Amino acid sequence: MPCLLPPIIKRISWALVRFEDVVLRYGAGPEVLRNVSFHLEPGSFHFLAGPSGAGKSSLLKLMYLACRPSSGRAMLFGRDVATLARRETALLRRRIGVVFQDFRLLDHLTALENVALPLKVGGQRENKVHQHVAELLAWVGLADQVHAFPPTLSGGQQQRIAIARAVVGRPSLLLADEPTGNVDDRIAVRLLYLFEELNKLGTTIVIATHNESLVSRFSHPVLRLTEGGVMAGPGPVAGAARAGKGSAA
Amino acid sequence: MLFRRGDLPLDRDPTGRFLPWLVALMVYLAALALVCAMVMNKMVERWDTGLSGSITVQIPPKQGDPTEAGAAADASLDAVIEILLATPGVISAEVLDPDEIVRLLEPWLGAGASYGDLPLPELIAVGIDRSAAPDFEELSRRLAQAAPGTILDDHQSWLGQLLDLARTIELVAALVVILVGASAATMVVFATRMGLAIHGRVIELLHLIGAQDSYVAREFEMHSLKLALRGGVFGLALAVITVLLVERLFERMEAALLPDLSLVPGEWALLALLPLVVAGIAMLTARLTVLGTLGRMP
Ligand SMILES: Nc1ncnc2c1ncn2[C@@H]1O[C@H](COP(=O)(O)OP(=O)(O)OP(=O)(O)O)[C@@H](O)[C@H]1O
Ligand SMILES: [Mg+2]
Repeated sequence: MPCLLPPIIKRISWALVRFEDVVLRYGAGPEVLRNVSFHLEPGSFHFLAGPSGAGKSSLLKLMYLACRPSSGRAMLFGRDVATLARRETALLRRRIGVVFQDFRLLDHLTALENVALPLKVGGQRENKVHQHVAELLAWVGLADQVHAFPPTLSGGQQQRIAIARAVVGRPSLLLADEPTGNVDDRIAVRLLYLFEELNKLGTTIVIATHNESLVSRFSHPVLRLTEGGVMAGPGPVAGAARAGKGSAA
Repeated sequence: MLFRRGDLPLDRDPTGRFLPWLVALMVYLAALALVCAMVMNKMVERWDTGLSGSITVQIPPKQGDPTEAGAAADASLDAVIEILLATPGVISAEVLDPDEIVRLLEPWLGAGASYGDLPLPELIAVGIDRSAAPDFEELSRRLAQAAPGTILDDHQSWLGQLLDLARTIELVAALVVILVGASAATMVVFATRMGLAIHGRVIELLHLIGAQDSYVAREFEMHSLKLALRGGVFGLALAVITVLLVERLFERMEAALLPDLSLVPGEWALLALLPLVVAGIAMLTARLTVLGTLGRMP
């Protein structure tokens, strides 16, 4: 069927994430992000790079609705985040998978239970998910640790549980904050392949990292934050293969 | 099995330790107060049905020389009975045997006491047709004219006092039950707020992965329900044991004045409802506290 929408409307409706002049400050503190504008098209894969303290985690927080812009406009799934009711926020978050920089696993739950948590919260039936969750843990190399509690695991193992938990619900948008910060290069590459698999299934992915060698190993566009929270222009810096799918403006 | 464990480790909170004990204490108090009210109620009922069909007429013993006094007493007794039987609404008038009077006095004075020298009044038990009861005031005046010092007792003032006492005890019991409910709710509010603060990080995470407030509330609800039920059942068990023990003690004393403590099934059911109601209050309070606290967050 031919698309009759004018090109401009088509582009707006297609942006999964759209930030326009977004400013973020914590409380009365200084501006952590300054006039950040960009958009992500569905199915795109971006790195988010920048030096420590540049505001990578803060930008992700805005995207997973942990905080709201101090000014400017942030659109997610076509909705202005400023107008979201509490209930709607919860429902939107179910379509977003997050790998937190500090993992944020629940220490009193086993690896298996941690990974299954988003499905439980989403109201899925227990008997339907067990197999899927166990397979996912095996995929990230933790088949032997399914019943282990996070405090008894290494940093890298915990990180992989966090990744499994973020992707278990097949999110439309996956936001990963330094997801390979605690694992060796071999596992890091393997985890990125997992993200690419997910991307092929349609998930839009943003990976924040300051590991430039990892960035250069994959040909994905890069959103670059400079010190002071300014998005470096004019567009994606590295990568060619999918460069057309997203852009920083 | 995968979803069974609670997302919030509420079991390890300090609140879990004190809440059941407090609930147990409160349910214990409320149960005893209820039992008191129920026993009192039954006592009033028993006396009421036992007494309302009868009045007692009492002629004081005459002083002085025994033979003379005896003759005078017989004369007044005859006069009083004559008046009584002539009064419409009076069905019967029966003079109580001195032995019977002694038996009635036993609970107060002890069995086997000798009453030989005790001047006992003449007592007449008068049967009354309840549907056509005579005017007791007028009757009393006429009896006093015929035999000075005669007292007509229709038990109403005594019953009235008993009834007042019963109502007071009922009121106190109701108050205790209400206070117990209110303090259970207050405790749950504090415990829940404490839990929300302790587990703030976990709750934040649950929100970030898409949990609604009601999902978080359910965890607190179930936890409070469990703790309150545990404490409530324990408190009720203690109260039942107490009642049974006291009943056993009363039985051994065989004193007619002591109230009858045995409860009917309906009353037991009312008692059994106590821990359930308190648990329900605890659950609802936890839910409202969580929803209220989280709802105020941005
Ligand atoms: N909760 C907070 N309250 C106040 N300031 C904060 C908070 N979180 C971050 N900041 C500040 O915001 C700035 C950006 O922090 P952010 O964590 O986003 O950087 P980052 O790019 O993720 O760094 P890193 O690579 O080290 O993770 C920092 O200066 C930090 O001090
Ligand atoms: Mg960071």
